[in-house]
Amino acid sequence: MLRHLMTVLMLVFLTLPAAVRSQEAEALPIDRSATGGAQTLEDILRRQNGEPVDDRFRREAIGGDAVSAPGLGPLGGASDPELWRALRYNEAEVTTSTRGDLGKVLVQDGGMRWYEFRRGPLVTYGGWLLLGTIAALVVFFLLRGRVRIEGEKTGRTVTRFQAFERFSHWLVAGSFVLLGLTGLVTLMGRMFIAPYLGLEANATLLTISKLIHNNVAWAFMLGLILVFVLWVWHNIPNRLDLVWISQAGGIIGKKHPPAKKFNAGQKLVFWSVIILGASLSVSGLSLLFPFEMPLFAKTFGILNDMGAPGWFGMDPLPASLAPQEEMQLAQLWHAIVAFVMMAIILGHIYIGTLGMEGAFDAMGSGEVDEAWAHQHHSIWLEEVKAEEKSPASDATPAE
Amino acid sequence: MKSMLIAFVAIAVIGVGAHYALQEVGFSAQEVSSGPSVRLD
Repeated sequence: MLRHLMTVLMLVFLTLPAAVRSQEAEALPIDRSATGGAQTLEDILRRQNGEPVDDRFRREAIGGDAVSAPGLGPLGGASDPELWRALRYNEAEVTTSTRGDLGKVLVQDGGMRWYEFRRGPLVTYGGWLLLGTIAALVVFFLLRGRVRIEGEKTGRTVTRFQAFERFSHWLVAGSFVLLGLTGLVTLMGRMFIAPYLGLEANATLLTISKLIHNNVAWAFMLGLILVFVLWVWHNIPNRLDLVWISQAGGIIGKKHPPAKKFNAGQKLVFWSVIILGASLSVSGLSLLFPFEMPLFAKTFGILNDMGAPGWFGMDPLPASLAPQEEMQLAQLWHAIVAFVMMAIILGHIYIGTLGMEGAFDAMGSGEVDEAWAHQHHSIWLEEVKAEEKSPASDATPAE
Repeated sequence: MKSMLIAFVAIAVIGVGAHYALQEVGFSAQEVSSGPSVRLD
C-alpha cells in the first residue's frame, strides 16, 4: 500500500522533468554540415531560448579507442575537445585522491536544474500552498465560526488520552513545528530574510536553523514511531468512516456523526502524518548522511521494472544518477513532502485549537467533558463508560 | 499540560544528545567524503 502510494506521488512530481526529456527527444534536427558536425549558431540560440536541444552530437563525441574508434584513437593521441566533452558529460575516466565516486564528477549540470527548481517553483508553489491554506482556514472560520459544544457542559470529564499518549503527540508536534520553521528559513531565508535583515543575520539564522533541524529530526522520528505504535489500531478504516465522511464530520452543518476513538478526519491526519512523516524521515536521513543513502536511482529502477512510467506515457526514469543528483532529488522530495505535510498540519492545528471548543483539552490535560465526547466520539464514550462499569479483569472475585 | 512540557524538554535533550552523538560517529561530510590531500578549511 505504502509503496504504491509512494509510486503515484513520485510519478506525479516527476512528470514535469520527464515531459521535458520527451520534448528533447522530439527536438527538430539541425543541419551541422557547415561546422563539420560541431555546434552551430542555431544550437546556441535554441539553448538560450530554452528550446529543446538534442545534444547527442556533443555528448557522444568523446573520442574512441583503438578498436572502435574514429578520430585519433588508433594513433594513440587524444583530442582536448573530446576530453572536455567527456568531462562535461561525466563520461571521462577520472582518478582522484578523494574516496568514493563523489570526487570523480567534475561537471554536474543537474545542479543548475536543481538550483532553478529550488528557488523557482518549489518556493513559489510551496509558499502559496501554505499561505493559501492559512487564508482558506481564515475564510472557513469567518463563515463557520467555532464548532461549539451543543447544550451545557456536564462538568464530568472522561480521560481521552493518557499521559504517555500526550507526551508522544507533543514530541512529534513540537519537533515538527521546529523542523518546519527551520526548514522554511533554510529554503527561503536568502530570498525573504536576507534583503531585510542582511546577509550576516541570515547566515547566522541559517547556521542555527541547520543545527536545530539536523538534531531535532531524531525526536521527530522517535515520536513518529511512538504515535504509530500507540494509535495504529484505532486508525484502521471501518464502515463508520463512510458515515462520517458523508456528513462531512459535522464540521459543515449541524449533524454529529458517531465515531469511535478517532473519526475519519482524524484517521486521515494520522495516516498523512505517518506516511508523509516516514517519507520525510527517509529522505531526511539521506540528506543527513550525504551520499551514504542514495534513494532515487534504485527507486527509479524499480519503477522502470514495474513499467510505471509507461502507464503515464513517460520515458523510463533515469536509473543511473551521479551522487550529487541523488542529493538534489532527496532535497527536492524532502521539501515537497514537507510542504504538503505542513499544509495538512495547519488544518489540524486549527481544528484542535481555534476551530473546535473543547478539542484542545484532549491533548492539554487529557480530560474532556462528557458532552464534548458524546458530540464527537459517541461510540468511544459508550465504550469507555461500559469499561468503567464492568469489573476490572484482574480483580479478585469476592469469596 | 505537564506531558506537553516534558515532551518539549525531551526534544531539547534528544537534540543536544544527537548533536554530540553525531560528532562522535564522524557525521561530518568533510570527514567522510574528503581525503587528507584535500584542504577544505
